[in-house]
Amino acid sequence: MNAIQPIKANTVSGCSTAPIQERGQREVFCGLTGIVWLHRKFQDAFFLVVGSRTCAHLIQSAAGVMIFAEPRFATAILDERDLAGIADIDDELDRVVGRLLDRRPDIKLLFLVGSCPSEVIKIDLKRAALRQSRLHSPRARVLSYSGSGIETTFTQGEDACLASLVPILPPEPASAPKTLLIVGALADVIEGQFARLFDELGIGPYVFLPMRRVSELPAVGSNTTYILAQPFLGDTARALEDRGAKRIAAPFPLGEEGTTLWLRAIAQEFGISEETFDRVTASGRARAIQAIANSKKLLADKRLFLFPDSQLELPLARFLSRELAVDLIEVGTPYLHRDHLANELSLLPADVKIVEGQDVEMQLDRCRAARPDLTLCGLGLANPLEAEGLSTKWSIELIFTPIQGYEQAGDLAELFARPLNRRTRLEV
Amino acid sequence: MELTVWTYEGPPHIGAMRIATAMSGLHYVLHAPQGDTYADLLFTMIERRSKRPPVSYTTFQARDLGGDTAELFKAAARNAYDRFQPQAMIVGSSCTAELIQDDPGGLAAALDLPIPVVPLELPAYQKKENWGAAETFYRLTRALAGAKRERPHRARPLCNLLGPTALGFRHRDDVQEITKLLTQLGIDIHVVAPMGASAYDLTRLGEADFNIVLYPEIAEVAAKWLEKNHAQPYTKTIPIGVNATCDFIREIATITGLDVSEALDQHTSRLPWYSRSVDSTYLTGKRVFIFGDASHAIAAARIAQTELGFKVVGLGTYSREFAREVREAAKLYGVEALITDDYLDVEAHVANLQPELVLGTQMERHIAKRLGVPCAVISAPVHVQDFPARYSPQMGFEGANVIFDSWVHPLMMGLEEHLLAMFRDDVEFHDDAAPSHLGGKVQQLTPIASEAFREDAKPVVPEVEKGKDAPILVQWDERAEKELKKIPFFVRGKARRNTESFASARGVAMITIETLYDAKAHFSR
Repeated sequence: MNAIQPIKANTVSGCSTAPIQERGQREVFCGLTGIVWLHRKFQDAFFLVVGSRTCAHLIQSAAGVMIFAEPRFATAILDERDLAGIADIDDELDRVVGRLLDRRPDIKLLFLVGSCPSEVIKIDLKRAALRQSRLHSPRARVLSYSGSGIETTFTQGEDACLASLVPILPPEPASAPKTLLIVGALADVIEGQFARLFDELGIGPYVFLPMRRVSELPAVGSNTTYILAQPFLGDTARALEDRGAKRIAAPFPLGEEGTTLWLRAIAQEFGISEETFDRVTASGRARAIQAIANSKKLLADKRLFLFPDSQLELPLARFLSRELAVDLIEVGTPYLHRDHLANELSLLPADVKIVEGQDVEMQLDRCRAARPDLTLCGLGLANPLEAEGLSTKWSIELIFTPIQGYEQAGDLAELFARPLNRRTRLEV
Repeated sequence: MELTVWTYEGPPHIGAMRIATAMSGLHYVLHAPQGDTYADLLFTMIERRSKRPPVSYTTFQARDLGGDTAELFKAAARNAYDRFQPQAMIVGSSCTAELIQDDPGGLAAALDLPIPVVPLELPAYQKKENWGAAETFYRLTRALAGAKRERPHRARPLCNLLGPTALGFRHRDDVQEITKLLTQLGIDIHVVAPMGASAYDLTRLGEADFNIVLYPEIAEVAAKWLEKNHAQPYTKTIPIGVNATCDFIREIATITGLDVSEALDQHTSRLPWYSRSVDSTYLTGKRVFIFGDASHAIAAARIAQTELGFKVVGLGTYSREFAREVREAAKLYGVEALITDDYLDVEAHVANLQPELVLGTQMERHIAKRLGVPCAVISAPVHVQDFPARYSPQMGFEGANVIFDSWVHPLMMGLEEHLLAMFRDDVEFHDDAAPSHLGGKVQQLTPIASEAFREDAKPVVPEVEKGKDAPILVQWDERAEKELKKIPFFVRGKARRNTESFASARGVAMITIETLYDAKAHFSR
């Protein structure tokens, strides 16, 4: 077996066509959905959405029964008295937040999360958070961000949440060593794997954002070098740079190639030799390549259509096209951060069709006309497309499943191969 | 501001979606921000619908708010008409669009589409999902049913079935079961609506002789309007349970003048015999807590008490619109109705009552699971499990069979319960033993999710008889506590509660083995 293939340099021409902009009905979640995974990541934080019954219903529906035990989120549902200004928002929040913190002594960090209605009626949650912080200091800190659908799409909720944390990160002492900050929520198991690789490579100190507890807030400053682990963190990146941190540019750690390029960018930044890098990553790379081989048999030359969902679409498309030989029909993304995704764009096929934004009806027309072998789409579209005879992969699973890093490359490939595999089994 | 962890009902526009999705030839243009399309997945995932709901959303974003959101709505309505060519359209706002006051009704009227366009006013900050569904169905009926017409005398009376929607609890199978029943009675079905009806079908509603309201939460407002404007009487009995189904048949006889004696004599439900067979004796007096939408909760209480021989210890609903009906029903069982849409209230209530069976929604299923109490689901809000592949109605005689099975199944079997009581120290009959037919252990109880919110989070103060002084905090001595553990876990809660209230009422601060058995004797009188 040819275990390790040479990596093409980033300078290959890559995607040359300009992304197509589309506007119309967008079939995507709002940023509140991020609470579903963020409330599990932060173990002493609570998310209080200030919104409507729709917000509460959305989070509940998106979360399903997965997390029925012990949710660390709730909605303060606005009613007519709040809208009419009869109820004073400060008084209302004093009451609700007071009750919440009284009964959850374990909560050290409270996020007031803005929603479409709270934004439209211009509730100043930033000011409200300052007030609550004053009231409850030092027992708990209170921050705010917006997860509203008018401002954020799905994973941008995580971006807004992490960006709201940046101003309270402690300043790094001037004498601080060069520190690596890995930014973006990753599954615990993946953090552990990356941590072991950093240790073996001799990279450190390193720290992950989001942290698990508010007492573990990482320091930031001009000796901080950060790398994004997720492609949807534009605001967080800007906030970190305002604090003096410098970004390491790299593709995202999906698949063997993506993980290697991501790790190599870090290694180069920290002056690790190629030799050390190759030695430390060789076994992970070999395992990743081996693990995706089976799925590759099913996926090679299959035609894939990606609906916009999480902004993971470009890195996924790159992984699928380069490591699994999938043929890309259309790559949708809700938003394209040209700078953060430059390294991905350069690895995509030159003629790939990228569509930024969405008009779901037009996109469905194109999808049906193309009859792809596999369609990546949201839960609202999956069963209807299956009923039309198209194989689909739910995109939300890519957010809730550990997919980054070498050890997950096989799992990630398998997520795409499984719908095709299933089709070959069913005889009903 | 109301602190909410889980909600029984969505906002009212979800109710409108349930109507639109149940029907054909109808399209809903919803002025709503990006993200509100999450609602599609309720239908495509929970109900496994093979088509997207017929809803176009404007999905406006912040950048649109500075511009012309009204124009965005008009474009969405025009595009939806061009693309879907519906027979009729409903238009309205979700919670956020309500705040920007674009008036979808007026905007749609200005488009002058060649189809009926029905504007919906669904106040999202006051009302909820079922209200929205009822209002939508009423508005559609009013707009489309037309004027009263002469009806010929028919040998076989003709009726409409009103109320079944998308995402309804067993609506699909209830319609089938009631259709079968009515056909046997010599009645023809004209329109079933909203489920399965086209917008055009609603124009034919007035041709029927009377209406059958299966789900008052959805169809009562429309049925009342039809009664007034089309002189169509409608049925008030919900045919869930053997007795209610018989009452329903009698009510239809009154409306139609048909002879129904054969149908009443020869019904095929197995529930009465199963309930009388000796193995069911162990069901006697089982304490049951019931919570759901009003119709299902009221029906469940009647079945529980009179057809299965349980004891109703709690009855409640999240449907505030039907609070009066539930309060009246609760009086029949000597309990106070719990009218709340606060999941935490319900949880606290169940924890306090310590029932032996919970009949509720998916929310109560989770509460019961945490408290280690058996549970069966009787009402929406629904879950993917509530759309079984098999035929599984709640209504009619077959519905009564389904109910017998699904409520009795989670309980410990009769002999098993006796063996447990006799050999409580047997290693396999330990505290955590679950019904053997359900396999394995009861789940390790996780801390109550909402513990933190509960008013009674810390010390559990036993209930005392009304009129007594403040409750005394009673304690258990070590030997009494040990003895209590010998009582099977599914009645232990009751024993603990009874003993504590017995001790508290008598000013006994420390419970001994003696107190435990005194209380047992007291309560078995």
